[in-house]
Amino acid sequence: MAIITNTDPSTLTKKDFVAEGDVKWCPGCGDYSILSSVQTVLPTLGIPKEKFAFISGIGCSSRFPYYMDTYGFHTIHGRALTVASGVKISNPDLSVWVVTGDGDGLSIGGNHTMHAIRRNMDLKILLFNNRIYGLTKGQYSPTSEQGKVTKTSLMGSIDRPLNPVSFAIASGATFVARTAAHNPKHLQETLRAAAAHKGTAFVEILQNCNIFNDGTFAKYLNKDTKEVENLFLEDGKPLLFDKDSKGIVLESGSHPKLTIEANDGTTNKFITHDPKAEDTTMAYLIGRLGIDEPSMPTVMGVIRSVNHVSYDAAVAQQEAAAIEKKGEGKLESLLFNSSTWTVSDEVKTKK
Amino acid sequence: MSATKEKLSSVTIRFCGDSGDGMQLTGNQFTTTSALFGNDIATYPNFPAEIRAPLGTLAGVSGFQVRFSSNDIFTAGDELDALVAMNPAAMKTNLEDLKQNGILIINEDSFTASNLSKAGFNPEEDILEPYRSKYRVYEMPITKMTLEALKDAPIQSKLKERSKNMFALGVMYFLYNRSLEPTIKWLEGKFGNKPDILAANIKVIKAGYNFGDTCEMIHSTYEVAKADIPPGTYRNITGNEALSIGFVAASKLSNKSLFLGSYPITPATEILQALAKYKHFGVKTFQAEDEIAGIGSAIGASFAGQLALTTTSGPGIALKSEFMNLAMITELPLVIVDVMRGGPSTGLPTKTEQTDLLQVLYGRNGESPIPVLAAKSPSDCFDTAIEACRIAFEYMTPVVILSETQIAIGSEPWLLPNIDDLKKIKTQSHTDPDTFQPYSRNEDLARPWAIPGTPGCEHTLGGLEKSNITGKVNLSAEAHEEMTRIRAQKVANIAKHLPATEIYGKTKGDLLLLGWGSTYGSNKSAVEELLARGYKVAQAHIKHINPLPNDLESILRNYKHVMLPELNSGQLNMILRAKFLIDIKAVNQINTKPFNQSDLVRIAEEIIEGKR
Repeated sequence: MAIITNTDPSTLTKKDFVAEGDVKWCPGCGDYSILSSVQTVLPTLGIPKEKFAFISGIGCSSRFPYYMDTYGFHTIHGRALTVASGVKISNPDLSVWVVTGDGDGLSIGGNHTMHAIRRNMDLKILLFNNRIYGLTKGQYSPTSEQGKVTKTSLMGSIDRPLNPVSFAIASGATFVARTAAHNPKHLQETLRAAAAHKGTAFVEILQNCNIFNDGTFAKYLNKDTKEVENLFLEDGKPLLFDKDSKGIVLESGSHPKLTIEANDGTTNKFITHDPKAEDTTMAYLIGRLGIDEPSMPTVMGVIRSVNHVSYDAAVAQQEAAAIEKKGEGKLESLLFNSSTWTVSDEVKTKK
Repeated sequence: MSATKEKLSSVTIRFCGDSGDGMQLTGNQFTTTSALFGNDIATYPNFPAEIRAPLGTLAGVSGFQVRFSSNDIFTAGDELDALVAMNPAAMKTNLEDLKQNGILIINEDSFTASNLSKAGFNPEEDILEPYRSKYRVYEMPITKMTLEALKDAPIQSKLKERSKNMFALGVMYFLYNRSLEPTIKWLEGKFGNKPDILAANIKVIKAGYNFGDTCEMIHSTYEVAKADIPPGTYRNITGNEALSIGFVAASKLSNKSLFLGSYPITPATEILQALAKYKHFGVKTFQAEDEIAGIGSAIGASFAGQLALTTTSGPGIALKSEFMNLAMITELPLVIVDVMRGGPSTGLPTKTEQTDLLQVLYGRNGESPIPVLAAKSPSDCFDTAIEACRIAFEYMTPVVILSETQIAIGSEPWLLPNIDDLKKIKTQSHTDPDTFQPYSRNEDLARPWAIPGTPGCEHTLGGLEKSNITGKVNLSAEAHEEMTRIRAQKVANIAKHLPATEIYGKTKGDLLLLGWGSTYGSNKSAVEELLARGYKVAQAHIKHINPLPNDLESILRNYKHVMLPELNSGQLNMILRAKFLIDIKAVNQINTKPFNQSDLVRIAEEIIEGKR
């Protein structure tokens, strides 16, 4: 069978990114929607298919590369970012995507998540957050709510949960976004923004596990609650929600606090979303809403997006500078340095 | 009166003092000077795990041993002809290695009541008294003489005292009739832009030399003639340097950029430091957040088509083992360096051992065949690095290199290879989408290597069991059995292409002295001595530990006895006994020191005479 090679990115379609064979997630899993959205977005990016690499760790989310018809690597638990970093440093020309979950990326792999982010490695990190360990059949995860009853927390989980967005901001992320599997349109917009970012793009994707944690994000979907629970961010726009009837204001004082006020038309009292701000204080404050402060809506969209030089670009710059300064290294200069000495035949015969 | 000159064929000396006394530098200078003179040399530094333990304490003693000879030598020497001890603690911890009637040079200025107490001596006693009849003790006011020489020098007094190591070096240069020129030249290079410090150091080294000449303590000096070594260009090299250069050379020979993912760990850190200097060779060094990220990034680099490397010591191997298995099952080329140190756990970070062999062979879940090579000496690390890269690329497999502290930081002269003699390294690079299957096999069972960016060869690798040829996930019993056998056979196939094992000595006889790694030098010296005494013996040294050479069993059966010294409790011995059912005599030492030639000769004689 001849394999059709499609290297012209303008002719790519969703089908080009769908791998042969069955997808083996549980029927009804939120991962299907994410897979479909990624396959929808990739052909629109103008990148040849062979330049994508999808790297994952272990967990339900990490089966993702098997379902993509791209270069892929299903690595080991928690370590996808280390492999992805090696791929990106080696070949900065590749578009490298990391698929991970709340357990893989924040528990066993939390260390690597922090370090990849602080280095601003040019990787697109998709963290599927379903607040549960699915592949091991239902134990609490680092994002599970306190008090959650699972197979390993029969009297309720004692662990305090981690907010992935707060974690990413504190690690120095240059791009942080939150979106949800149940909102494909918003998900795709967010993926496009992440793809356009040069540097680490950290995207938390809220995703339902209908087997072990069904309905954990239902409040964002339910007709009765979704307007008050979601706040969709837009660059340069005030933080409004509930059909623009309410907004978020900053209470002054030595402890900055966000509160809700009704929208009476004087919108300038509301916080204007500024994802390009270098200062991370507001990004941190709005990232907590809803998750750590349940009385508030949860912000969805690009929370932070600033431009800093990426690690892989800096590596390439240093290499170019070293070659400029010393010339391209040659085997001769590698072996024969200034501390050599020569034993001649003459010396030998003299003895 | 002037001292008489005596000719010797081989001398072993050791400089020791506080870890801040500059003993490593002093030893390195003596080594370079002797190498430039034309001696064969071997060195063995020994330093504490603490960077600066409290001054004057036993824990803070740092030493540097150098043996120089007019013959070919293979070890840094069994016992010392001369010991320079800069303080009582240094004397106490090193004296047992000084031979009877050997030369003991001490800095008497440091033999204060406080330093004597710190070293556990009674300051009320004349502690040198028992040694004066046993050794030739030269008590020299090294600190005082150094300060006297520099009394008018325009440098800080702290720096004045610090140059006392140059005084000791000057004395030793006098004692062994060495030229001061190479060290003066080195000082000029180092302190060219600090003329006051340069002048002070030159003054002190000359003062030491002249003191040796005029102090009327040293009545005879020694000469060691040039060695009869093969002509060519040499440089003195440590094992860690030779590995680093070997990997850069392998990158050139394979036309693949070198990527090192690593985390600092004693005694392997110098490889990361050395390779960080080679950016203009296209070398990328990634100092990762931990050992796991070090190998993970290297596996990513391998997937992306680079010559991938990770370097560590035993504790790091423990952390990397899950990733080593991933590289094994995904059949990606990767070189893993384990510079072994004293274990278990944190163990003895700066000491030498051969105790990780079973760990790198078997320390992973499931059946996980990974080729293992062992370097036998500092300069052999260069060849071992290239050989490991060749196997990794030709067979698409991770490869472990075992080095040892003693090899990593020890040095010897290295006859530089002719660049044209270095063979190109082939890779399994694949770019044709029409013929691509991720797990198709060549005649040696190696799979093709198609890297991201190659149109039409998109595929997904992973740690799950898979089908041969297609590489699709397959957890069936049949697929697992087939793949387990294929992975094992692929590694076994490496042995088909290995050269015949070299035998030094008799091809048949009474005893074969077998070894791997750093025991090469002591085994070789012991076999030389035994042959000279008329014994029918030979040496064979194994570089490829997995797979073992195909001719090994028949070689072992050519001798009545096989003796295998190891710096562990018998790890290779256990494997060879199981594989060949041969009663190999184990000789084991786990005291962080290399074997003594004299011990090995004695044990070999006992085995031949049936006493062991």
